[in-house]
Amino acid sequence: MKALERHRRMTETWASDPGFKGWFSTVSHTDLGRMFLVTAFFFFLVGGILAMLIRAQLATPHSAFAGPEIYNQLFTMHGTIMMFLFAIPTFEGLAVYLLPKMLGTRDLAFPRLTAYGYWCYVFGGSMLLFSMLFGIAPDGGWFMYPPLTGPLYSPGINTDFWLIGITFVEISAIAAAAEITVSILKYRAPGMSLDKMPIFAWYALVTALMILTGFPPLILGSVLLEVERAFGLPFFQAELGGDSLLWQHLFWLFGHPEVYIIFLPAAGVISTVLPVMCRTTLLGYGWIVAAAVALAFLSFGLWVHHMFTTGIPHMGLAFFSAASTLVAVPTGVQIFAWIGTMWKGRPDLRLPMLHILGFFITFVIGGLTGVMVAVVPFDWQAHDTAFVTAHLHYVLFGGFVFPILAGLYYWLPHFTGRLRFFRLGELAFVLIFVGFHVTFLAMHWVGLLGQRRRISTYQPEDGWTVINLISSIGGFVVALGIGIVIIEVILHAVAARRSARNPWGAGSLEWAMLTPAPAYNFASLPHVTSRNPLADNPDLAVELAQGKGYLAAPSRWRETLTVEVASGKPDYHVIYPGNTRLPIVMSAVTGIFFLSLLVKFYWTVPVAVIGVAVLAWRWVWELGRKDDLPAQSIGHDVELPNTVAVDHAPGWWGSLFLLTANATFFGSLIFGFAFLWTVAPGWPPPVWFEPSAIELGLGILGGLVAVVAMRLALRANDRARSPLPMLGVAFAGTLAVAAACGLLMLRTPAPAEHAYGATLLVMGGYGLFHAALVSLMVVFLIARVSRGFTSPVRRAEFPIVVLWTDYLALVGAFTLLAAHLTGYLA
Amino acid sequence: MLVGASVIFGFVMVLLVLAFRKHDDAPRERLWIVKLGLVFPIAVLLALLAYGLFVGERLLPRQGADVVSVKAEGRMWAWRFSYADVEGRTTQGVLHIPAGVPVDVAVTSVDVVHSFWVPRLAGKLDAIPGHVNVLRIEADEPGTYHGRSAEFSGEGYDQFAFTVVAHDDAEWRSFLAGEIE
Ligand code: HEM
Ligand SMILES: [Cu+2]
Repeated sequence: MKALERHRRMTETWASDPGFKGWFSTVSHTDLGRMFLVTAFFFFLVGGILAMLIRAQLATPHSAFAGPEIYNQLFTMHGTIMMFLFAIPTFEGLAVYLLPKMLGTRDLAFPRLTAYGYWCYVFGGSMLLFSMLFGIAPDGGWFMYPPLTGPLYSPGINTDFWLIGITFVEISAIAAAAEITVSILKYRAPGMSLDKMPIFAWYALVTALMILTGFPPLILGSVLLEVERAFGLPFFQAELGGDSLLWQHLFWLFGHPEVYIIFLPAAGVISTVLPVMCRTTLLGYGWIVAAAVALAFLSFGLWVHHMFTTGIPHMGLAFFSAASTLVAVPTGVQIFAWIGTMWKGRPDLRLPMLHILGFFITFVIGGLTGVMVAVVPFDWQAHDTAFVTAHLHYVLFGGFVFPILAGLYYWLPHFTGRLRFFRLGELAFVLIFVGFHVTFLAMHWVGLLGQRRRISTYQPEDGWTVINLISSIGGFVVALGIGIVIIEVILHAVAARRSARNPWGAGSLEWAMLTPAPAYNFASLPHVTSRNPLADNPDLAVELAQGKGYLAAPSRWRETLTVEVASGKPDYHVIYPGNTRLPIVMSAVTGIFFLSLLVKFYWTVPVAVIGVAVLAWRWVWELGRKDDLPAQSIGHDVELPNTVAVDHAPGWWGSLFLLTANATFFGSLIFGFAFLWTVAPGWPPPVWFEPSAIELGLGILGGLVAVVAMRLALRANDRARSPLPMLGVAFAGTLAVAAACGLLMLRTPAPAEHAYGATLLVMGGYGLFHAALVSLMVVFLIARVSRGFTSPVRRAEFPIVVLWTDYLALVGAFTLLAAHLTGYLA
Repeated sequence: MLVGASVIFGFVMVLLVLAFRKHDDAPRERLWIVKLGLVFPIAVLLALLAYGLFVGERLLPRQGADVVSVKAEGRMWAWRFSYADVEGRTTQGVLHIPAGVPVDVAVTSVDVVHSFWVPRLAGKLDAIPGHVNVLRIEADEPGTYHGRSAEFSGEGYDQFAFTVVAHDDAEWRSFLAGEIE
């Protein structure tokens, strides 16, 4: 078959629906990656406009431009949009677009989940935009400290927009993170062992794992605060056994890793682009991977440094101060590895390189001021002044925006298949770079003079006028530069010369394809033997297009393969679902759920929940088949079993990482319980839970029965006996857990009067939810068995339910013990 | 600290510029990563940490016989001060302290989180509902010191400030006797 014929047939199988209708049903990572990036850039512009409004307000003293109630919305929304709706989605978009191409495969692990995450992001983000247009936007600062944001001091709907909108958006972050993790671990080209992965994939892997463990505390905090606001259960009110410090812990447990979640992908971009700009390979690949992993671990131990002024005991301060400065070590390793790379090669001052230099200068300054802030006595002075704001922008702008601009210019030819024609980018760079430093050096300075952050105005006598004016002018210069970038990108997309393949002479696989990328990425999958396959074999793209790799035969299914995690040896054959509107519909129904909570229209909540359950059922149901698929040939004399016929299917891996995030959520809840108990004033509670050995036994035993029965069901299926009886037993077990948790909720003493009862109620609710979820899964499995979707060969669905059942038994037991044991102890 | 930071910054920049010079060194992973990437930051950090702990220790409240205790209670948007030495005495917006004597300020809040900050006397400490944090301050000279609340607290935050008046011995005694409002 000719390359062109193969291209035509593959495109038929893989193409999205034509026209703009295709956007709503596409599940292609190329489309969705682009959509993510464009949407994120749109939010960057919105956040940037807000920044300009802030700087306009601060340019002169006594500015009448906005009063505090508007100004508070401006900076809250600026911070919130930049962090949640620009930075994180930009990472997601970049990873979604690039990873399968860099890893030499055809799509991500769960294409429909990518789409679902994207739409959740769009809908959640729209909620926040809506609130802003109507002047009812959140106004408590991007970290939303209660009690200021609690029901007493912020009774309006503003705060609810934040809590509910951001939680909705976080769903997309968690979905993307689980997906990216599984994709990197399993969906790679044959032969690509972990140590041959492109460095960007390592960074993306670490980032995704950090999202899975970093976001759940924030989600928990948002849920608790929203429950406090909507239903009056106290978690953060000191008079009722709550403690506002709990929010600060939960928030910064997320917020500090967040900074690295933003920085690491950008570092991944630098590690990818810099060597190409220097015509060499990366120095110290192994060290860089180790540094990224170390940074991830360290960053989870550091949240307390955002709370140095809250009266943490002295020993705690010393410990966290030491740990905070320690992050400079892995960061130093990366910086010097990059500089070493430049020494090793011959750096060329092409446009991406300019932005990388911008990164170096800005980020090193940001890092140094960061170390200064980490030293406690200094922080006591600088905390909550413009100095901290300036430091934070050096890190975020330097550590994220410059690298992303470098990446933008680097991959632009990949997105469009064209080369830059107008030379506006250099001018834009100079404007952005100079403007940025003027703006924020000035802000460091007024911060040291004592200007607090988040004030809407100041007095002429303060003596800050000139500096603020300079800072604002700098800000507008940055905006001008960004404007020129936009103009250039638009010109580029419509009118520029066609580029040859691989215009930069890169060595990674994303350049071994046509640009713009075809829907199927690679007509056949490469066999990878080194870290820079394209550098070793410049003809690779042509050979793959001619079908010399794996899975070269066009089929009517969208096919790819997975590999063993460490070695990269091919293990399973995968068939993807095709275009579908299911994701957008499901995220719209999810949106109805959140919207109902927002406007307190509670009787549509259960309707939306049932809607999501029905759609999820369909989602999974569509995947099955009723015949045993024989092992599939992928060419080069290799045959692989299909994923329905294996023990650890992609769904199992996805569940594993989803449960990791889920367990972090539950762990944070337990942490909250223990924290309130030991630290909050207003304990012990007036009434304790009345323990009951029967309920406790029922729940724990029910969990155990379900766990054992699921295993027996799995074994029965393997031995070609009917698994139905054991599935029935497992179902009964999950019901027992549900009953025990339900009774716990019913009997919780006065949840609205003390944080003790409130926390137990939430824990019981968590247990009940999971019991319901797992019983639904068991019912699903029963339906699958009855309809002939399973066989001793087609067994992949059993281990997934086993996994969830185990989790249920565990959290059920913890929840019940927490309630009943505290009852006994009291 | 500023000098040290500038030196490090200058050093990194010089390395960057030199990278553009023509040279053909063999790649030297050990030099770049182990010596510059690992050893160098660790050494700098250890020095900094020792300094931080030393200074931090000095700022800490220590037991002493002649420490004056006062209480600062934040609310939206005013501070109320009370004095252990005079039962029932409170002032609003102005904190009176003796000069030259260490003062322990017990900081708390009745509504949202605030932060007690007198830049020229000490670092800041948060006022958190339900918790009492103690801050040691000491004014060397009698005089008036400006204080601000430094944790965002909603609409009145812009103007949320207070003053600390440090009295000499005689004045302080008359304050205690109720002769100064
Ligand atoms: C030219 C670009 C930018 C300018 C001129 C700018 C300006 C500002 C200013 C003046 C503030 C302080 C508001 C106040 O405390 O009263 C602020 C806050 C903030 N900015 Fe930016 N910013 C820019 C870009 C960014 C970017 C790219 C990010 C993140 C990726 C970001 C994240 C934040 C955050 C998190 C806050 C804190 C908000 C809060 O206090 O709740 N900014 N920005
Ligand atoms: Cu931090």
